[in-house]
Amino acid sequence: MTWIELAPTVSAAFLASLVECVEAATIVLAVGTVRGWKSAFVGTGLALAALVVLVLVLGPALSQLPEQALQLFVGILLLLFGMRWLRKAILRGAGIIPLHDEEAIFKSETANLKLAQTTERWGVDPIAMATAFKGVLLEGVEVAFLVLAVAAGSPALIGPAALGALAAAVLVTVAAVAIHKPLARVPENTLKFAVGVLISAFGIFWTGEGMGIEWPGHDLALIGIAAVLLGASLLGVRLAASPARPMEAR
Amino acid sequence: MGTLRAILHEIIGLFVDDGSLALALVVWCALVGLLMLTVSGVTMAAAGAALLTGCVAILLVNVVTAARKRRATQAAH
Repeated sequence: MTWIELAPTVSAAFLASLVECVEAATIVLAVGTVRGWKSAFVGTGLALAALVVLVLVLGPALSQLPEQALQLFVGILLLLFGMRWLRKAILRGAGIIPLHDEEAIFKSETANLKLAQTTERWGVDPIAMATAFKGVLLEGVEVAFLVLAVAAGSPALIGPAALGALAAAVLVTVAAVAIHKPLARVPENTLKFAVGVLISAFGIFWTGEGMGIEWPGHDLALIGIAAVLLGASLLGVRLAASPARPMEAR
Repeated sequence: MGTLRAILHEIIGLFVDDGSLALALVVWCALVGLLMLTVSGVTMAAAGAALLTGCVAILLVNVVTAARKRRATQAAH
């Protein structure tokens, strides 16, 4: 397998996971800062264990499906997922809806955690543990789905896609440990824009393959589809940003 | 139970945020698939182009409509 074939899968898994890991890190940081790091780490560890079980159960189950049915099923899910991100990124880019603010989310989470009563069971705070568990599990489910989905066309791609996701998790963890603050400087909307384009491109590609379409250039068609989506999305930002002009009176 | 419900809600929310966008995309994919099955002589390139341009058009119409609605709501307040 060449780098040209691997690059779209690995970069989609890495960028999508980066966004999700930043969101999970904000919650874990809030829990650790307010309620103690032990509970935050126990909750995170349990969520990661639950995710491993989920992937170990779902991965082989998905591989039992016929290839074309799997491509169609995963393709439509990826298309819906990617277009949802792209829509939000376009509307945020056009200033129609506010940008995602990690700092504000961190403040809101810490305020909620400060209000909750402190209890302790087996040396951990159940509320803190459950908050970290839920946050990491919810964002992790998205990462797990994306890794399995972008590699849907070939089991050989699951390893590289998982490595892309792991690299993002390591990068975010190192950054969060180093600065001890929410990673508010990550250009979240730009990342979501790029990931939306990539995931939607995968969605259209796999949906087409599942329908029996043979794309010109095979895997290389992904790059063309992504280029069309990028151009259309930039146009979408301009169209959404410009207010409708009333018809001039003659 | 609350956590399970939140997870289920989150999983559905992964794919459906604006219901009309999701529905339009699924319907368009079904139409292209139906076209390929029923109409003879549809080339692979034409089917692929139809799938891509349809999805792009649906996205653009959706964002422009959403932006107009948002502006109209803000103007009303």
